[in-house]
This record gives sequence, C-alpha cells and structure tokens, in this order.
Amino acid sequence: MPCVKIDKERCKGCELCTFACHQHVLGMSKELNTKGYFPALVERGPRCIGCRMCAVMCPDVAIEIGIHGVQYNLYEY
Amino acid sequence: MKGNEAIGEAAVCAGCLNYFAYPITPQSEVAEYLSRRLPEVGGTFLQGESEVAVSYMLFGASAAGERVFTTSSSPGISLMAEGMSYLSGAQLPVVIVNIVRGGPGLGGILPAQSDYMQAVKGAGHGDYHVLVLAPAGVQEAVDLTIDAFTLAERYSNPVLILGDGMIGQMMEPVEFPDPETIPPPQPRPWATTGMKDRRQNLIRSLFLSPDSLEYNNMHLRAKYDAMERDEVRYESYHAERKMDVLIVAYGTMARICKTAVDVLREQGLKVGLVRPISLYPYPMQVVHEAAQKAKDVLVVELSTGQMVEDVHHAVAGSRPVHFFGKTGGNIPPPDRIADEVRKLLVKKPGKSRKTGRKS
Amino acid sequence: MRTIFEKPDALTDKITHYCPGCTHGVIHRLVAESLDELGLRERTVGIAPVGCAVLAYHYFNTDFQEAAHGRAAALATGAKRVRPDLILFTYQGDGDLASIGMAETIHACNRGEKITTIFVNNAVYGMTGGQMAPTTMPGQVTTTSPAGRDVAECGQPIRMAEVLSQIKTPGYIARVAVHTPAHIVKAKRCIKQAFKYQAEGRCYSLVECLSTCPTNWGMTPIESIKWVEETMMPYYPLGVKRTPDEGEGG
Ligand SMILES: Cc1ncc(C[n+]2csc(CCOP(=O)(O)OP(=O)(O)O)c2C)c(N)n1
Ligand code: SF4
Ligand code: SF4
Ligand code: SF4
Repeated sequence: MPCVKIDKERCKGCELCTFACHQHVLGMSKELNTKGYFPALVERGPRCIGCRMCAVMCPDVAIEIGIHGVQYNLYEY
Repeated sequence: MKGNEAIGEAAVCAGCLNYFAYPITPQSEVAEYLSRRLPEVGGTFLQGESEVAVSYMLFGASAAGERVFTTSSSPGISLMAEGMSYLSGAQLPVVIVNIVRGGPGLGGILPAQSDYMQAVKGAGHGDYHVLVLAPAGVQEAVDLTIDAFTLAERYSNPVLILGDGMIGQMMEPVEFPDPETIPPPQPRPWATTGMKDRRQNLIRSLFLSPDSLEYNNMHLRAKYDAMERDEVRYESYHAERKMDVLIVAYGTMARICKTAVDVLREQGLKVGLVRPISLYPYPMQVVHEAAQKAKDVLVVELSTGQMVEDVHHAVAGSRPVHFFGKTGGNIPPPDRIADEVRKLLVKKPGKSRKTGRKS
Repeated sequence: MRTIFEKPDALTDKITHYCPGCTHGVIHRLVAESLDELGLRERTVGIAPVGCAVLAYHYFNTDFQEAAHGRAAALATGAKRVRPDLILFTYQGDGDLASIGMAETIHACNRGEKITTIFVNNAVYGMTGGQMAPTTMPGQVTTTSPAGRDVAECGQPIRMAEVLSQIKTPGYIARVAVHTPAHIVKAKRCIKQAFKYQAEGRCYSLVECLSTCPTNWGMTPIESIKWVEETMMPYYPLGVKRTPDEGEGG
C-alpha cells in the first residue's frame, strides 16, 4: 500500500500534482496554509498506485511517498 | 630582464602559479612568457576569450582557494572594471597588473599615466577600493608584485599594480628574492572547495536586506581604513628640508623627476620630490607635510592631470599647486621638467602667495 | 514502511522563493538527485547566475559562488582549472546564458571546460519582470515586446543547444523539458549523464531545460505546461544533440 504525504507548508498550491496524477488521488484543500496557498491534499488515498508521478512533478518537493510491501517500479527514476 | 617578463616571474616566485589573461599591447610578453613558464612549474595558464571573462576566471579561481593573477593594459582593465567591483564585494584576493597605455578609447600603445583615476577612484560600480601600487622600475615592479599577493590575502581584496608601458618594455637587471623569505599563501577556510564535513561556503556580493548590505559596506570600509592606516608607501627624495619647489610624481615619471631634482640641486636650487608608491591608499599626510616645507608644489604626470587632484586634496590650499603633463607617449626629459621648476622660481614671489596661501 | 520518494540530501530544507508552479524547482531537484546518486555532492561547487535563480545557493547543500550576470561559465572555468578535482556546475537562465553571457558560454564549450551547465530556457527574463529574452517565441508578448516579438526586428529565438552542437570540441549537449513527469524522467537521465561525463573528466556538458514562468507568461501553472508543449517544443526540439563519442559536431 503506497502512502502519499503532502507537506502542506511546503506546498504552493500550483495544482501540478493533481494534473500529473492519472489516478485522481489528489485534490486541493479549501483551507489556506500559513503562506496563504491552498495546498494539495490526498482525496482518494486508496486509489493510489505509488507511481510517484505527483512527486516527480512537484516543483517544491512537498510530496513524500512511502510504501508497505512490494512495489513494482513502472519506470527508472 | 624585460619588465613584462620580470612581472611574470615575480608572480611565479610569489607562489602564484595560476594566470588567466587576454593579449593586449604593451604587456602581451607577460602572457607569452608565462605560457612557457607555468607549464614548467605545474601551473595553470589560460588565455581567456576577453578581459571580462578573465576577471571572472580570477573570481572562480580565487574563490576556489588558489592564488591567481592577470595582467592587462588600459582598454582591457576597462573591461575588468565590472569584475573588480564583484571581486571587491565578494572580498576575493587577486592581483591585477595594468601596464598603462594612452587613451581614451584605443588611444595609443605608448606609455601613459592616464588610468590613475580609474585605478584609485574605482573603475566599477559600488563603494569599493582596490589597493593600488605604482612601481618606478623593473626591480620595484618585481618587489611590489610579490608583496601584492600577501597584501591581497591580508585584506581579502584585489590589489592592482599600476605600471606604465615603460616599465613593461624596460630592460633592467633584477634580483628575485629567495622564495624562502616570501610569506606562504594564507589558508582560505572560506573557499569553495566542496562541502565535506562543514557548513556551506558561499562567495557572493549580493546582500538583499538593507542591514546585511550595510554590514558588508561597513566591513569593507573598515578594511579600507586599515589600509589607509597601515599600507601607505612613498619615497621621499630631498623633501625633508625647506624647499623652493616640491615635485610630486609617481611611477617612471618620478624617476625622470628625480634626475631633474639632481640637476637642479647641482645648480643650487632647493628642490625635492615625493613619490607616492601606494596610490590607494594615497600618502595624503606625507604630501601635505612636504608641501609645508616648500613654496610651490609641482605635479608631473603623463596625463592631462589626474593625480594632481589628490595633491590638491592633500595640500588643501596651503600652497599653490602647479601641473605639468605630457601625453601621447611623449615623455618629457629631465631638462624639460627642470625648466618647469625654474619657471616657478622666477615668478614674482608675491603672486604665488596670493593665489595659494589660505590654510 | 519504505520511502520511495523524498527530498534529496543535496537540497536544503528551505522553501524556495520561486513562484507557484515554476519549474525552476523541478530542475533544482533533478540536479540535487543527480549529485546524490553519483556521490558528488561533497566536492561540488555550484555557480549561481543573476536571474530568478540568483538565490539558488540557499537551496543546495553544496558550496556556491555567485556570479555577475552572464559570467557563470567564466567563474566555473577559473575554479575548475585551478581545482580539477572539484565538480563545477553553473545554473543559468536564458538572459544570463544566451544574451549577456553568450561569449563566456560558447568559449567554455569550445575550450571543452570540464564543467556542467544547467540552462533554464523559460523564453523570458523572469527576475526583472518579464522582458523579452533571446529565446522569446515569435509573437510572444512580453513587457518589452508588447505587440509580440517581431522577428523582423529582433530576430528568431536562439536555439542554444543547436548553436553549441556546431562546436567541434567533444561535448555533451542535450535539450530536455520538465513540464510532465515523463519528460522530467528523461530530463533527469540527461542531467545525470552530464554530471557523469564531468566526473569522468570527459567533456563539457550542457543541458538546456525548457522551463515555465507562469508569472510572466500570465498563465496558470497548468496552462503553462500546455504552452511549453504546444508553443516551445515544436520550435525547440528535444533530444541529445551531441555526445563526446560522436567526435566532430553535428
Ligand atoms: C550587468 C547587468 N545587467 C542587467 C542586470 C539585470 N538583470 C537581472 S536578472 C536579468 C534577467 C534574468 O533573466 P534570465 O537569465 O532569463 O533568468 P530568469 O530570471 O528568467 O530565470 C537581468 C537583465 C544585471 N543584474 N546585471
Ligand atoms: S503516487 Fe501516483 S497514484 Fe499516487 S497520488 Fe501520486 S501520482 Fe497519484
Ligand atoms: S505540485 Fe507540489 S506545490 Fe504544487 S500543489 Fe502539488 S504538492 Fe503543492
Ligand atoms: S518569475 Fe518566472 S522564472 Fe521567476 S520564479 Fe516566478 S515563475 Fe519562476
């Protein structure tokens, strides 16, 4: 089971991760962070396949991904 | 040895084995000499694509912790002006030699002293100074070049050697000091050498917050104050007793003036000379005190009048200051200077007093 | 739990000053990951440009020098020549590298300096507020080309990767994009390869990265990545333009 963690204080709310995630796991929060951005959040966690696309796309290194059990790497990164 | 080659060898002698430069008359022999010499001693020789690039190659090399220097002539120094500002702001020790030729623009390739202002008042932007030393002969060019590396490191600041075409081309016997007697390079714990087991080293001149920039400015100012206190160099020649005329001249022009002083003194005229060696910091006090012993002050330069402004500043209206300059590479012989001095002596005494004495 | 994606060691914890969605951040991360994976961080010195990345030294866990506008390649040359054991990289925008720093760039490449340049092409001067760059697209509106870039007057946008691939000295020149995860993955390979060549003492390397500037393009980050795809990519073809194995340019 992959686990996507978004550091909401690092996030600048650019939405690029939501665009990158083909599983539609991520959405945007309706609450501001301390910098005044609406950060991304995990909306549909169970759909996540741990592909790392969101994290690869994030310009602010706000996403960390962990995994329980076996993970097949879909691509070399 | 030819002046240009001697300067190159002086740097090697001082343990500076890194040289970046762009060719320009009348100093290309330095590069030619070092292109042979540096590979022999395992040094770095690189002909850059422009003086602009060269000044930043010095930046990179000095910031990486190594002694480094360049030589150029007036138009090239103009292109290094930007670099000197950044080098000063980032507090990097480097040595730059300007074998001055006439200007403005391409000017000519003959000796001149027309870059005094550029050298001492700051060629680039911002509140900064480089330490400027002006040799009067090949031996002194060697000695000052060697000292320049130590001074650059002592103050973490660029040092400029302001020579002129004559020094570059002159053939004179020179002695190089025993390398043992030359202070070794100072450690540079601030250098960017890879961040292993320590915090980041950062070489920069950007300080965006008002307080941090002011802090850097005040730190630089404190260094300049220390230079003004400790690094003033000059030569005084028969300027200790009462004189009719005090000559102030620097570099090779001062050598010619010295001969003129000898000629005039043989004829019983009381003439002395002060030769500033450090142009920044300028020997203000020395010139002021020497002027008090003279009736008139004569400044002689290979320009239409640059250092004379600092002499005015030093004398502060207490004596009349006169100027004699030649340009274009025309170098006045001692007799011509002696004539200028004689002209001052035959002047009606009352007249000069009226214009001069205020204090 | 095993972590499969996290911040590379070569990046500091600082939050960047870049605008939301600006891909400068992606490129920073790719450089940092490459340094970590190749084990080069401890002997790397970065050269910051003048441009939006002027504060890059806050974000990298490496030593840094800050250059004057356009002169980064000269600093890197100076440092590398006197300390060949160091890994030198410059990180430069298009105004910095392709306009004011053109001479330094071409000559460093032509001399085959063993340095790596990360060239961020965002078709605009970011830091100074969106003026026209040498890489600005034909017809692109900027604050100094309010009617769109007029190529009759300003010339065509300059393709640096192609210009540099004409040089015969062995080198590694590539153009990549960083607007989608797929492109980022490819970009990472090129950036890593560039550092690898340097670490092996092989050659000069430059990776041109098509990047976004949502702020000065007046677009959202998502519109910006579409603009890269539709407007920049056809004009700036991606790919490895030259490798040191190819010998002569082309
Ligand atoms: C000599 C000099 N000229 C002009 C500037 C002003 N300036 C600062 S950044 C910049 C343009 C930067 O644009 P680019 O290199 O494209 O980088 P970006 O900001 O887009 O990342 C300019 C012109 C300067 N700092 N120095
Ligand atoms: S890891 Fe993949 S599936 Fe999971 S949130 Fe990120 S992009 Fe979506
Ligand atoms: S890409 Fe990163 S910064 Fe942008 S919204 Fe997603 S988590 Fe936030
Ligand atoms: S101005 Fe443009 S290039 Fe600069 S940080 Fe903002 S989006 Fe990025």
